[in-house]
Amino acid sequence: METLVFRFENGTRQLPRNPQLVGVVSSGNLEVLVNHADLQSACEIEINTAAIGFATIWEAVMKDFNARWQLANVRIAINDMGATPAVVSLRLDQAIEASLEATT
Amino acid sequence: MAATGRWNTLQINRVQRLERVAQVLGTDLQGKILPQTRIGDLLHAALEVGDRVCIEGNNQKQADFLAKAMTQLDPQRINQLHMLQSVLALPEHLDVFENGIASKLDFSFSGPQAGRLAKLVSAGKLNIGAIHTYLELYARYFVDLTPRVALVAAQAADRQGNLYTGPNTEDTPPIVEATAFKSGIVIVQVNEIVDVLPRVDIPADWVDYVVKAPTPHYIEPLFTRDPALISEIQILMAMMAIKGIYAQYEVKRLNHGIGFDTAAIELLLPTYAASLGLKGKIASHWALNPHPALIPAIEAGFVSSVHSFGSELGMEDYIRARSDVFFVGPDGSMRSNRAMSQAAGHYACDMFIGSTLQIDLQGNSSTATLGRIAGFGGAPNMGADARGRRHASPAWLKAGREARDGKYAMPRGQKLVVQMVETFREHMQPAFVEKLDAWQLAQQANMELPPVMIYGEDVSHILTEEGIANLLLCRTDEEREQAIRGVAGYTAVGLGRDQRMVENLRDRGIIKRPEDLGIDKRDATRDLLAAKNMKDLVRASEGLYQPPKRFRNW
Repeated sequence: METLVFRFENGTRQLPRNPQLVGVVSSGNLEVLVNHADLQSACEIEINTAAIGFATIWEAVMKDFNARWQLANVRIAINDMGATPAVVSLRLDQAIEASLEATT
Repeated sequence: MAATGRWNTLQINRVQRLERVAQVLGTDLQGKILPQTRIGDLLHAALEVGDRVCIEGNNQKQADFLAKAMTQLDPQRINQLHMLQSVLALPEHLDVFENGIASKLDFSFSGPQAGRLAKLVSAGKLNIGAIHTYLELYARYFVDLTPRVALVAAQAADRQGNLYTGPNTEDTPPIVEATAFKSGIVIVQVNEIVDVLPRVDIPADWVDYVVKAPTPHYIEPLFTRDPALISEIQILMAMMAIKGIYAQYEVKRLNHGIGFDTAAIELLLPTYAASLGLKGKIASHWALNPHPALIPAIEAGFVSSVHSFGSELGMEDYIRARSDVFFVGPDGSMRSNRAMSQAAGHYACDMFIGSTLQIDLQGNSSTATLGRIAGFGGAPNMGADARGRRHASPAWLKAGREARDGKYAMPRGQKLVVQMVETFREHMQPAFVEKLDAWQLAQQANMELPPVMIYGEDVSHILTEEGIANLLLCRTDEEREQAIRGVAGYTAVGLGRDQRMVENLRDRGIIKRPEDLGIDKRDATRDLLAAKNMKDLVRASEGLYQPPKRFRNW
């Protein structure tokens, strides 16, 4: 197991306060948990991954995720079982979209 | 003067072999039929040291009884054999080398035996003549690799030795033709000997010996993919393929490679493609094995015609009931033919789309991995521009225009060759690399060239979950490299892109993202699959498709 933490400051998009969970912890997949947290407009992502040695790729995937959504006061927890970057991005986007849809 | 032996040495030698066999088998030989217990005696009498021997090892059907009998030969009597095989599928295919019976090999594909083959080569037990594509190997059977003895498999023989090959005709016709018409010996294993055959696929006078095998020949269900295992990413890529390539080029005639990526496309035809109004406009004529995943598209009326390389276990009754679509004999069962279907895929299809393991910065694509000599099979014949093609079609003309626009060149068409890959395979193996493993493998195995499955110059599009790169539109090596990097995702190759150049390529439509194609990633759900599991496929076939046991998960 490896734990990685990324923090992106100065987000602009707020999410509703109810937590959101998408995905499953199974081989090649991952679980994404989205929570509200008072982080001075930052977005913090903690990743627990079964695959070791892919920090650079995670960083690139998270930077692009942040560029897409610019989240503020959001804490995201990821439990990864060797998902590919494509699946990671898909699940993250699904989680945020589900969260936003819950407001309307 | 038959006896002079100056111009008919092959015929004289053939007669000698037949006489030896007659003497050894005596009354056990009834016409052309011998009991299975005498197979070793037949082979010892019919074979000579140094013979070129073709064992029918197909993609699916295997002459397994004869292959096993070959391993039991006495290497003191029969050795130095030169084996010719399209597919090395069974351990016995390599045991003959380990046992000192054979020494040289010419082949096409060795999937399941690739690791052991590499070991035997490095131990000096086996000498590879060349690794071929299917059509190329069959072609050499008629030029400089004509078999002296052919060992083939058929479903049934009659008492005269006529053969019924059944739906899995596969490689039998070219092997028998090359051998029989160059004074060679043709030996056949059959599942049964009957009085009247459903139809004659190979006439008796091309056949020398028939033996009933103790068990029916082995057939591998190679083309069955369980829809339950198709991922959302594969569905997204299938949507991009349909909207970004099939619709753009109006691709009607095509071949699909094996795999979940293309199975997803097949299962999206009656749903997503139909919703785009593409029924009757795309994917109507196929060179394809009878993929169970194609059943919903056939039932929806998408598909007019399918010619097959081989058959697929469980599809027999469905094919029989859909004779407008498949090629069937007067008896109702399918006749496949790998050589004909390969020719059809090469010359009469406008597109090949399939997966690969590695793609480099020039777009060369390879399935070679270190420590395994896997060969090529048929993909290179499908996945290559047909330079001998002259007839036009909208897809072929458009691809040709895109590749030549603005150049001083004679107008001509071009085949669409699409490589469809997720940027990372399982265990985070990148599909994009700076240098193919094929280079190192060539060095290890002493090959003259790196084993490239599809050359970059033939690849027209690369499709990943990140987008489609249209290589036809690239005008310089640099543009081509950046177009490939631009769809290579988070691989090292993808992260090494020149962001500005990639955006420029996107502005010019050389790279297209899902959103550029009007595809919302959120729509890429399993709800789009026309069948979500094996049971759905059976239901779609009106109960005619009977999946092999291992796929019956309900």
